[in-house]
Amino acid sequence: MKLDIKLSGVGGQGILSIATVIGEAATAAGLHLKQAEVHGMSQRGGDVQSDMRLSTDGICSDLIPLGQADLIISMEPMEALRYLPYLAPKGAVITSSKPLVNIPNYPDEAALLAELDALPHVVRADIETLAREHAMPKSANMILLGMAAPSLKQLLSEEQLRDAIARVFTRKGMEIVNANLEAFKLGLETASNR
Amino acid sequence: MAEKRLLLGDEAVALGALHAGLSGVYAYPGTPSTEITEYIQQSPLARERGVHSRWCTNEKTAMEAALGMSYAGKRALVCMKHVGMNVCADAFVNAAVTGVKGGLVVLAADDPSMHSSQNEQDSRFYGKFAMVPILEPSDQQEAYDMMAHAFALSEQLRLPVLMRLVTRLAHSRAAVQTGEAQAQNALDPDNERTHWVLLPGNARRQYASLVAKQPEIAACAEESAFNRLEIPAHADPDFGVIAAGIAYNYVQESVPAGVPIMKVSQYPLPIKEVRKLAAQCGRILVVEDGQPFVEEQVRGIFGEEYPVSGRLSGELPRTGELTPDSVAAALGVEGGPAFADAHNLAPRPPQLCQGCGHRDVYTALNQVAAEYPNARIFGDIGCYTLGALPPFRAIDSCVDMGASITMAKGAADAGVYPAIAVIGDSTFTHSGMTGLLDAVNEGADITVIISDNLTTAMTGGQDSAGTHKFEAICLALGVEREHLHVVVPLPKNMEEITRILRDEINYHGVSVIIPQRECMQTLGRKLRQKKQETK
Repeated sequence: MKLDIKLSGVGGQGILSIATVIGEAATAAGLHLKQAEVHGMSQRGGDVQSDMRLSTDGICSDLIPLGQADLIISMEPMEALRYLPYLAPKGAVITSSKPLVNIPNYPDEAALLAELDALPHVVRADIETLAREHAMPKSANMILLGMAAPSLKQLLSEEQLRDAIARVFTRKGMEIVNANLEAFKLGLETASNR
Repeated sequence: MAEKRLLLGDEAVALGALHAGLSGVYAYPGTPSTEITEYIQQSPLARERGVHSRWCTNEKTAMEAALGMSYAGKRALVCMKHVGMNVCADAFVNAAVTGVKGGLVVLAADDPSMHSSQNEQDSRFYGKFAMVPILEPSDQQEAYDMMAHAFALSEQLRLPVLMRLVTRLAHSRAAVQTGEAQAQNALDPDNERTHWVLLPGNARRQYASLVAKQPEIAACAEESAFNRLEIPAHADPDFGVIAAGIAYNYVQESVPAGVPIMKVSQYPLPIKEVRKLAAQCGRILVVEDGQPFVEEQVRGIFGEEYPVSGRLSGELPRTGELTPDSVAAALGVEGGPAFADAHNLAPRPPQLCQGCGHRDVYTALNQVAAEYPNARIFGDIGCYTLGALPPFRAIDSCVDMGASITMAKGAADAGVYPAIAVIGDSTFTHSGMTGLLDAVNEGADITVIISDNLTTAMTGGQDSAGTHKFEAICLALGVEREHLHVVVPLPKNMEEITRILRDEINYHGVSVIIPQRECMQTLGRKLRQKKQETK
């Protein structure tokens, strides 16, 4: 069994923290894992992505082939669309619906969201506003992970992801661990209310 | 302690080197190699053992210091991005002539597709040029395992060993089974002066000895456990594959059953094995990341009679990194996207951070340069190269580390006025100082801006060799006191900065302006750290 995940966003949005938590959970669960990241120039406010491959068997390529990603998890809606050619026919898109506009030619928001919604499996929410409303402004990425949790179920349980969040953030203190666990729960609820 | 760890390819190299008894890593930061040295800097084992890990001023100083440590009998590692090989090539090539004492491993991280680089040169050519063994791991586990092998091989052959990574291995994580840490070498400086003093008489003997070692180097590759010829029981005689380094994974991802595969991770290319493979099949497909290094050699073995395909023949793209998709297509396996490209999509290039001092430098520069229709601005390598993009579109060139000052000088020699150079602090100490001395000695009519953010920012905020020394360096190189200015690049100082710029452009000689303000990223990191500590 395998799960190929494209993580995407804009430099500085925290996609690598999502990758770290999934990686931690997968390692603890004894799964095989490969995760290709982007460092360097592209981190400066440009588009960033990471290929994450989980499997019960060995993994060959560090990169996900076209048309094979089971999931696109994105911190930004246009960045989710950027990787559509990688999405598998039955793949799901879990994304923030709030555009981050730092370029002059950002597409029309309504058209962009309509294109997203026309895809077969989409879960989207304005995680930034949700995070602010629930006084956890720095945990938007863990809300998104919560929204993705049902799609990760075949390889990683909610419990395994929660444990991984606790382990990954523990050196930043209990306050941050709890905020992230709350955010994860909020994400789960957001996904199930749709 | 033996255990399984989730490591980037870079980190696997670092830990492998430490466990192989490393005594010093020497490097200048460069994507995708930076994390090797950073891992060693943060390693408790390295601290306990006193492993040298401070950043060097450039790749040449790094290579020479590592050679010195090797001369003293200890194991040393030099790390750099591919273009760093150009900077240290003099030391690297001659280290093959002197030979080494303690194991010396030179690690070059190539960047096919130029994710963060200005070219995609393939470092394997440097290994062949210097006539030393080359290692090219296919995955993170091999990257770890190969370090002990590389150091042992270097000491056995008494030669530097070149190890080549590509971005996708350097920056990809996987579980690595680690082993026990070996002891470090004791201090044991070499006494063979005739090896190390490369006067022509000695150098001729040393070079002849390097040539004489070639059959042994080739035999090591033929016998290497990292090279493997896999011929399935029911082999398909149609074609076979040579897969070099990381390409092996892409081939494994989609190769049809029955195709013979030759995995190559140690060079010189094992020619006997290539012939064995060719005897099994009617055609060879060479899959390698970077330039057609293996493909050219395989064509050389067989000439026109035997079909060889790859990047040169067009089965694989001539430029850019390999992908599982391009390799699958070359293997004749169908695949591809289920969904077409999205319609509502725009490129999102990287940009200078909000609040970055380089922004204020370009704002001022653009304002003043607009008054001089013939002004040319020569840029350099770093975050500030992003000044080439909108909204600034401020620079006319960016070629290699340090070229801003020397190109401005050459252009000024030719009659360009005003000729302005923009260079970062770390790039200036890396390769800009000597060019400034040329300019001073000739009284060249140039204006140099050393945009100093007190760090090596582009690669993630490493120490910069000249921090707090730039005025002293410029004065010592002969820049006149009255034409050397330090300013703080902030919007409120715009009037002062533009006035100084204008005055110095109007001065027909060398002037240096140093806008100095800490990088927003390193400043933010320091503040967060402080907050964490006071909690």
